[in-house]
Amino acid sequence: MILFENVSKKFGPALALDNVSLDIKQGEFVFIVGPSGAGKSTLLKILTREILPTSGKIMVGNIDIAKIKDSNVPQFRRKVGVVFQDFKLLDDRTVFEQVALTLEVQGKSDEEIQKAVEHTLKLVEIWDKRNLFPKQLSGGEAQRTAIARAIVGKPDIVLADEPTGDLDHKTAWGVIQLLNEINSWGTTILMATHNQEIVNTLKRRVVVIKQGKIVKDSKEGRYE
Amino acid sequence: MSKAIEFTKRNIRRTPFQAIAASMVMLLTFLALQTFIILAAGSQAALRYFESKPQVIAFFKEGTTDQDVTAIESALKQETRVTNTKFVSKDMALQIYREKNKNDPTLLELVTANILPASLEISTKDPEDLAPIADILKREPVVSEVIVPEDVVATLTSITRIIRYVGGATVGFLMIFATLVIVMIIGFKIRIKRTEIEIMRLVGASPGFIRTPFIFEGMLYGVTGTILAWIISYTLLWYFTPFLQGYLGEVKLLPVNPLFMLALLGGSLIAACVVGAIGSFAAVRRYLKI
Repeated sequence: MILFENVSKKFGPALALDNVSLDIKQGEFVFIVGPSGAGKSTLLKILTREILPTSGKIMVGNIDIAKIKDSNVPQFRRKVGVVFQDFKLLDDRTVFEQVALTLEVQGKSDEEIQKAVEHTLKLVEIWDKRNLFPKQLSGGEAQRTAIARAIVGKPDIVLADEPTGDLDHKTAWGVIQLLNEINSWGTTILMATHNQEIVNTLKRRVVVIKQGKIVKDSKEGRYE
Repeated sequence: MSKAIEFTKRNIRRTPFQAIAASMVMLLTFLALQTFIILAAGSQAALRYFESKPQVIAFFKEGTTDQDVTAIESALKQETRVTNTKFVSKDMALQIYREKNKNDPTLLELVTANILPASLEISTKDPEDLAPIADILKREPVVSEVIVPEDVVATLTSITRIIRYVGGATVGFLMIFATLVIVMIIGFKIRIKRTEIEIMRLVGASPGFIRTPFIFEGMLYGVTGTILAWIISYTLLWYFTPFLQGYLGEVKLLPVNPLFMLALLGGSLIAACVVGAIGSFAAVRRYLKI
């Protein structure tokens, strides 16, 4: 599903990723862990093609990310849902409109949008909040909105960059359970985090990155 | 396309003051443009009127006979430069005088047909032919005075030219100014919508999908401004028509032809769309890196 082959990324003289190789199967739930600045976010940004690797090859399905034409990037990004630590919700849009945006840019009809957004908001249990604006939401509700926005287009992969970073313990677990459920439908999930409790409780694959290098990759791993 | 229009409407609805400011700038620009076009068209029409009107008027001495007038008219008709001649008898002159001064009984009482001289009005093909024709008439012994309104034509030509140059320069400057204002406002909007643009990119929006609402927005400001400007200019023109008609006298420019005003609206809308689109394109190229 996702294949990194000797991927390196330099920002000027700084090496953010150093010869990373990684093979992720479809439907896997993978924690990318490591200290701040280890290269976790860089890895995820390469997967959304926000940045290109300096060297190496990244395949998503049968698509070589570095070789996608600029005109095909939007099509590629529709296969990848993204969730951020700071939610990145738009202040002037309701919960419904935030989620509908994903489908609007894909050119879906109003009926399709109405149906899919309603289904997704009910799935993440915030349908009753659909007319609220981000400032009227709790952290958990905001993150559920962001997750709904990421999954409403039925992507193959969901990338979550520290999705529980700004949430309290109980809310964070609610979000994790939601991601776990999304994974159970067959969606591949890559989650960057340094929340030890979550990683160690879920017992999923754990890839540890330090100074741009993968130092450990274990199934049902732990984060110490 | 419908989504782009929806996004444009949403952009405008959520920043109404910027939208009003941009539309007002476009309104001023296109009000100036339309005013200068109306003035230029009006002066051009007035010029045409004076050029086509009997341009040389020869007044006859007392006692001039019909045969004298006919002889002069026949001689002038031989001239290729002359397009038309019209004899105005004393009675006809009195009739014209009465019509012009029908609201002033004092003036009507004082004047009789005997006071007014008969005259011959001669049209020429070209304003340059006025002087030679006037010279011919001046040599006629029965002619007491020759009036050549070439000075009026020269003044009007000069006014028309000034309106064109000053109007062109002013409108050109305002067009550049309006374009820059659109660049500034759309650029500002792109900056405040950074997060939205980033999200749109990440959820798979094409560059065209992201850019189009900004382009439409600039065009819409232009269209709104120009329609308002047209309504204002047409209303003002309609309101002042009775006053201007009295001032213009025989020059029948008013009431303005509705087809001319529709053509003015159409032309202005095209120009507004171009200015709006150029301004938005420039802003998108400068500030929107996708």
